[in-house]
Formats: sequence, C-alpha cells, structure tokens
Amino acid sequence: MTARPLFIFAGLYLLVLYAPIVLLPLFAFNDGTVIAFPLQGFTLDWFAALLDTPALHDATLNSLIIAVSTAVFATTLGLFAARAATRYRFPLKGGIVGFIMLPLVLPEVIVAISLLVVLMQIGIDPGLWTIILGHTLISTPFAIAILQGSFSNMDNSLEEAAIDLGETRWGTFRLITLPLVTPGIVASLLICFTISLDEFIIAFFLSGNAPTLPVYLWGQLRFPARLPVVMALGTILVALSVILLMIAETYRRRGLRRAGLKDTGGFL
Amino acid sequence: MTDAPLIEIEGVEKYYGDYHALRGITAGIGAGEFFSLLGPSGCGKTTLLRAIAGFEDISAGRILIAGRNMDGVPPNRRPTNLVFQSYAIFPHLSVAENVGFGLRRAEMSTADKRRAVGEALEMVGLGQYGGRAAHALSGGQRQRVALARALILKPKVLLLDEPLSALDKKMREQMQVELRRLQRQVGITFVLVTHDQEEALIMSDRIAVMFEGEIAQLDAPEALYRRPASRKVGEFIGMMNFLPAQVGVSGVTQGGIAVEVAGLGPTVLQSAQCPGAARPGAAEVGVRPESLTVLFDEGTPAAHRATGRVDEITYYGDMTYYEITLEGAPKSVQVSARNMPGRRLLDRGETVALAWDPSSLVLFC
Repeated sequence: MTARPLFIFAGLYLLVLYAPIVLLPLFAFNDGTVIAFPLQGFTLDWFAALLDTPALHDATLNSLIIAVSTAVFATTLGLFAARAATRYRFPLKGGIVGFIMLPLVLPEVIVAISLLVVLMQIGIDPGLWTIILGHTLISTPFAIAILQGSFSNMDNSLEEAAIDLGETRWGTFRLITLPLVTPGIVASLLICFTISLDEFIIAFFLSGNAPTLPVYLWGQLRFPARLPVVMALGTILVALSVILLMIAETYRRRGLRRAGLKDTGGFL
Repeated sequence: MTDAPLIEIEGVEKYYGDYHALRGITAGIGAGEFFSLLGPSGCGKTTLLRAIAGFEDISAGRILIAGRNMDGVPPNRRPTNLVFQSYAIFPHLSVAENVGFGLRRAEMSTADKRRAVGEALEMVGLGQYGGRAAHALSGGQRQRVALARALILKPKVLLLDEPLSALDKKMREQMQVELRRLQRQVGITFVLVTHDQEEALIMSDRIAVMFEGEIAQLDAPEALYRRPASRKVGEFIGMMNFLPAQVGVSGVTQGGIAVEVAGLGPTVLQSAQCPGAARPGAAEVGVRPESLTVLFDEGTPAAHRATGRVDEITYYGDMTYYEITLEGAPKSVQVSARNMPGRRLLDRGETVALAWDPSSLVLFC
C-alpha cells in the first residue's frame, strides 16, 4: 500500500489542526482551575460564571451589534457590486473588482493600523462604528464572492423573459431576481456575521473602550484563574461559528438546486 | 392584398461602437406569416430579432408593428413575445406558474386564468404537467413550456431565437413539424431566427437570408433554392455546384443568353436565370446535385448530355452522392441519385453519362 504514508500524514495534519480546538470544550467542562491533565471531573460552573460577568455581557452586546451591522452593510454593498460585475460591462471593470477584493489578501494588522491612523487624523474616536467600518471593509469581498456565484448562475435571459412577458423592472427584480439570489444573500449574511464575530485584530485596534467578545477574551488571559471561563466562552463561540457556517452552506446549496444547477464546489 | 405588412422594417441600422451590425435592413412581414431570418452566426439576425422585441435600440431607421412606430416602446409594452434560445424557464416556479406568468397583470378571474393556462398547456401537449417543477423538465418539454408561456398572451408576433438548436436531431425534426402546425393553428405571425438552412426551408413561408448585417435575398423557400440571387446564397442554401462558364460576345439577345459551360457545353439561358445583369466574359454557372441525372441506362434519350468519371461515393441510404469530374471541367461536381429498388450503385472510376436541363442552371456573372 503506497497510500499508507499519505493516510498517516493526513491523520497527523488533522490532529494538529483540530486537537487544540477539541481541548477547548474538554477544559470548559473540567472541574479544576489548572489547564492540565488529568481531568478533574465534570462541571458547568464555568458556563455559570459567564452568566454573572457584566463586562462579558457588554462585550457580547457590542459584538452582536457590530456583527449584525457588518453583515447587513457588507451584503448590501456586495449585492450591488456582484450584480454590476456579472451583468454590465464598463471600463476598468477588472481593475475595479480586483481593488474591491484586495482586503481579502491584505494583512489585517496593516488594515487595522492604517484605519486607526486615518481615523485619528480626522478626529473620529474609536468605537462601535469604527469597528463596523473595518469589518465591513474586510467582509465585503466575501459577500461579493458568494453573490457573484449566485448572479452568474442565473441566466441573463430570465430577467429579459419576465420583462418580455409584461413585467416591470421592479416586478422582475421582486419576482425573478430576488427569489433566485436569496439563498446567496442569506449565505452572505451568515458568513459576514461570523467573520465579524470572530475578528480580533481590527476590533483590538479600533475598539476604544467598547471591547468585542474576542477582545474581551484576550483581556481575560491575563488572569490565570479566569482561564476555564475563557475556555467555556471559546467553546460557545466555536459552536456558534460552525452552526452558522453550516446554515450558510445549506442555503447556498439550496440556491443551486432551485436554479437546477450542479454543485461545482462553491465558496466554502 | 393592399394591406400594409404587420411588421415594417425600414432602413434599420445598428452600431455597437464601431461595429456595424445591421446595415440598412428593409423588409415587410405579413400578418399570419411564418418568416425566418437565416444566416451564419454574426450576420445580425439575432440583433434584428431583439430589435423587433425591443431589447436592442436601433441606431437609425424604424420598426412599425401594426402601423405603430415602436421607437422608445419597451419590450413589456410591445405586441410581441420572445421565445429565448435558452428558453429562460423560471426555475423556481412550477410549469403552470411559468405559463401563467404573463397573465399576472391581466384583468381576469383566477378561474379564467387557470383555464387559460390549462388550454395553453393542452395546446403544446403538456396537459398533465402543470404541477411539475420547471427544472425537472426535459429539453423538449422546456421548449413547449416556453412556447405556451409566450402564446398565452396572444401576441401579434411571436419571435423565436434559435428555438430548436439545443435539441437533439430527432427531437428537432419533430418540433419543426409541430411548430409549423402550431403556427397554422393559432394564426399568429412567427419570426424565427436560425442558422440551419434546412430548418428554415421546412418551416417558413418566406426567408430572409442575411450576411454581414444585410439581407442578401428575401424569398419563398422554393424561389430561394431554385433561383439564388447570388453565389453566396446558393452556397449557403443546400448544396450547389459551380462550373466556370463563358458568356458569348454576341452575348445577351432577345432569345436568351448564349453561354459555354465547362463540362456541359454550349447552351442558351433565359434572362430570369441570371440574377443581376448578364454581360459577356467569364462567369459561373450554378447547378444543384439533383439537377444532374445519372443515366443508369446509357440508351435513355436525353436532350442534353454530359460525360464524367466517378471519383467518390457517399451512401446515405435513401440517396447516394457521387463526386463526378465532368469531361472538360476543372473540378468535380456533386451529383445525387435516389436509391430506387433494382438500381445499382456506381463504382469508383466508372465513366457515366449524365442528363441535365438548361432551365435548372443559374448564371452568376
């Protein structure tokens, strides 16, 4: 079997990738303040501790406000950009689209520092809105990538056919375009929400005195006694991310099925 | 008939930037006519169809439908409906919802709408399919749904953009006959775009052959086939052999045009057989493969004979095509023969006699 070394390699690879994440729930339910084996026993204390930490509640609220706003802004911008990119021809289109997609590969630290410098220069204090701005900037490329898929899967003549059959432009958008790209919109909202919820660097630089969940988590690492609580919070965040991404992917696939198309791998 | 045509196309021009897509198209399409726009890809036929539908603005000229100038009238306000090449069936709606889509804005009771949808589906032979999901249909069924969806609005004109090109050969042949029958039944003017000359010949009352943004010839199928107006049209419609010819110096007289045709010999053609003006000098004569008759029995009397050698044989079952080099001709010609019971196939290298008739020739000067 020549494939055996490859199997071993793949197994090790997955272990290194996911073992630390598996440790998270393990110690979140462990009845001991020290993060070390052997495990001490099962407890829900750490999750209970989450409930009576007011600072955590503020951070959670901040994160939710930011994530929801980011998802809505990025998806709206992505919707316009993706439609323009797939339906119209205009000068410098390739360059413009490339420019919008650039934050995908820019180091986040650079984006964060530049944003901070610019905001300080024009005299805007860091806070929720500045984080929303930064997160929208980095999420929009993802929204465009997902929505471009939805639009390019849609036959141009569908919209023309609806108009030919007597519908107005608005009616065509409502009855034909929107239902066919809705799964893409839902997928984009969920993915942008998740990106914003997990993002640390930009939030760290731009948060001022309104920390998000990841920033709060990082702050807690200074107190060793709080470590199991951090583990519990991390467990919730991981679970939430996985669930949201699964829902997003389900919607994307449903969209393909509705359009009667084969799945070609998609974005995720 | 003194009525104006239903669709009047007058000097229509279309530019895409520098590209001149339509170069002065003028044509009239009568009510109830099955009209085809035929040409190779890029000849402007689809652009013209989309201009009639209202999806393309025209740079100059005008299009009138039922006497009304269509300039500035959007597609949803024109008395036309278009069947798209991809059919454009709405994938998230059922078959019945697709067919009834155009009735959404009609002032009809729900029951009447449902009846109209049922009738439209019945008409295209999909009576039982109303509840099906549209994306679960086969190619031929999609085609029928697209037809029913367009015809339910009872348009004055039905425009069809290469509607059969996505179907396989058997299905296509079946739909050709069916479309023709449907058109006679509803009596609506059909304008069909196609690059398939056979399809155009089978279905149309009249055909406009287009090359490079211009109409090269507009005629009934038989006239188009028998009397192509140019060598290019003759080549595009069916198969045509071209033989070098010499128009006599005494040239064109009352009695006809004296021509010496390579491989066939001297003959006299009527002026109707020469599109454009005949003039003395080098020319070409076009002859269809079936207009040269192989004389399987040498003794058959024939007023005009030629002799040639069989170079190649292509057997089609009902027909055989022979590539024959005529004596005195520089290159071979295609000759078709029906494979009748008891008739043998010729051999390669065999010398055969052919009969021909001067009335079947076309002279291109």
